[in-house]
Amino acid sequence: MNNLAKKFHQDAAHMAENVALRNVIATGLGKYAEGRDKKIADFQDWQKARETASQIKRESLNNLPQNIQQLTEKLTSRGTHIHFAATGSDVCRIVLNILRQKKAKLMIKSKSMTSEEVHLNKALEKEGFKVVESDLGEFIVQLRQEPPYHIVFPAMHLTRYQISDLFHDKLNSQPTENPETLTMIARQNLRSQYIQADVGFTGANFAVADTGMISVTENEGNSRLCGSLPKTMITLIGIEKVIPRLEDLPLFLPMLATVGAAQNLTAYNTLYSGPKRPEEPDGPEEYHVILLDNGRSRLQKDPVYREVLKCMRCGSCLNVCPIYKSVGGHTYNATYSGPIGSVLMPKLFGMAAYKHLSFACSLCCACRDACPVKIDLSHLLLKNRETLSSQFAPKYEKLAFKGMSALFNHPLFWSLGKKLAWIGQKLHPLIEGSAIDPAQCWTATRKAPKLVWHSFKDLWKKYKS
Amino acid sequence: MRITLFAPCFIDALYPGIAMKAVKIFENLGHQVNVPEELACCGQPAFNTGHWDEARAVASKVIESLWDAEAVVLPSGSCTAMIRKFYPELFAESPLSEKACRLAEHTWEFSDFLVSHLKVTDLGAVFNATVTFHDGCHGLRELGIYQQPRELMSHVKGLTLVEMEAIQCCGFGGTFSAKFPEISTTMGDSKINMALETGAEYIVSNDSSCLMHIRGLADKQHRHIKTIHLIEILASNE
Repeated sequence: MNNLAKKFHQDAAHMAENVALRNVIATGLGKYAEGRDKKIADFQDWQKARETASQIKRESLNNLPQNIQQLTEKLTSRGTHIHFAATGSDVCRIVLNILRQKKAKLMIKSKSMTSEEVHLNKALEKEGFKVVESDLGEFIVQLRQEPPYHIVFPAMHLTRYQISDLFHDKLNSQPTENPETLTMIARQNLRSQYIQADVGFTGANFAVADTGMISVTENEGNSRLCGSLPKTMITLIGIEKVIPRLEDLPLFLPMLATVGAAQNLTAYNTLYSGPKRPEEPDGPEEYHVILLDNGRSRLQKDPVYREVLKCMRCGSCLNVCPIYKSVGGHTYNATYSGPIGSVLMPKLFGMAAYKHLSFACSLCCACRDACPVKIDLSHLLLKNRETLSSQFAPKYEKLAFKGMSALFNHPLFWSLGKKLAWIGQKLHPLIEGSAIDPAQCWTATRKAPKLVWHSFKDLWKKYKS
Repeated sequence: MRITLFAPCFIDALYPGIAMKAVKIFENLGHQVNVPEELACCGQPAFNTGHWDEARAVASKVIESLWDAEAVVLPSGSCTAMIRKFYPELFAESPLSEKACRLAEHTWEFSDFLVSHLKVTDLGAVFNATVTFHDGCHGLRELGIYQQPRELMSHVKGLTLVEMEAIQCCGFGGTFSAKFPEISTTMGDSKINMALETGAEYIVSNDSSCLMHIRGLADKQHRHIKTIHLIEILASNE
């Protein structure tokens, strides 16, 4: 077992004990589920919407190189600087170059999971730049110096009391139980930083190929401020987020809001097409778009795993996943947690390192049914398992399954096996649940089911005769 | 009709009474029951753990034995899903492909077979208790079985069904329960909590593997909830 897997088991066991934290997660996600279902009901035909969205994403991925070309040509024609980043470190280098060129000290950011994926903040801070997260949840977790807990709800693991204590410690604010007051404290702190910031940075939800636009959807208006107050703006986007047409957004924006945040539409939906034009009073003087690959084009060439690139990071698979609810976001120790993370992390960052995640799933398929773009996540996890078991399964496990096949395929072995197991179980109570119990992984927390002497096959034979 | 009842490995070795009751139910309805004595398992444990070659070794025997049966019925949603959904994939582009697809077409989960195929919903059963129903995930999401067991229970005299707050996995997941006992147990706890909140005396399910997990957990923790397979209720006339 590698270190990541060991830590996963340890943290999962801690979460099993932490009923209070699991309750915070359950309450948050319970409210979300109720709201989401109401918003889904507003769609005339939700299943058809999912099918259409899935097809558009598929079409878009099949023509990815052409779509990227169209997008970048349009953006460039309006004065946007396009950067292609093959890896995460390329993104960090590109952003560092821009910051140095602009003699910047402070960069203000809106929410971007892609920047988490490439560990941008760490790279910039290491070089002496100040980075401030402006999304409320991200602002909170940045103060705590921890990664986001969830793709969409970064601070969902914290209660208002914990946030009040945090603000009191870090920002010298008065303790309060009122969420609105807490928001105002964050806002006051952030407003001056928008003005001081030399560079504004945003993530993106979609890139529209035919018009050459970057679509950003948000609820706090912070992303808009990041894109309008600083003189230079940078957007980081994974290449898979390109959609073919502007007319696809009327489907994707409400869909994302519905499953992402249980809303009909998020409060602010912005399309960026380039830097400020001479006749415009607002907007950045310089606009940079960084397109990140980081393993995506490799996945795009794989006919099975291409599906996973349809993901729009709505978080809805996390929200329905009983594993996520049991272990929480940080236990995954991965940028992308939950079902999508368990499929994506090993494919992007190494099967060996993240192989445990493919097995940490009961295959309940709730994620597949919740995915708005119909990614068959549970089946992709099964596919991961097939690859992993042929490469990494311990010898004893392979042998055990070979033995089981032989047992099941020979009626005499199966019949004898059941009788022997029945006898063995008579002695089992002596060691049941203890460290020397070979079935300890089951019996430490569960009673073993009782084998019967007369199996169904025996009863059937008797009944028939 | 001639019904082939395939009782999967754990029902054969742990819960033979459930399969015997299924035999009686079908015979009482006037059907002829046949049990393939040479088969023990559908191959799902190996398949779900990623050992697809070993799964094929077991599954190919099932296909050869049952592909031309009139109807194959299993008292388990997950084993049915294995045959119906995953055999065709497992044997795609192999000589057994056609037979695997034929088998998939006439394989049924017990409650689905009664309601959707035989169009039987009232078996004249009596069961005086308040129960809650646990949907096994594979039956629910791979086969779309939700209404069928509820339909059958609605005709059981004396039975009151109270639903749990949410539909959620019991945490079994086959080898998952052994590979990640800390997570599996937490999920099972949450399931038992939900069931207890309904005030029901029994958790009923059409999947014995889920019930085995819930029972094992409840016994270890001395939590007072009974578990029972749907077939036992349908065969009851207490």
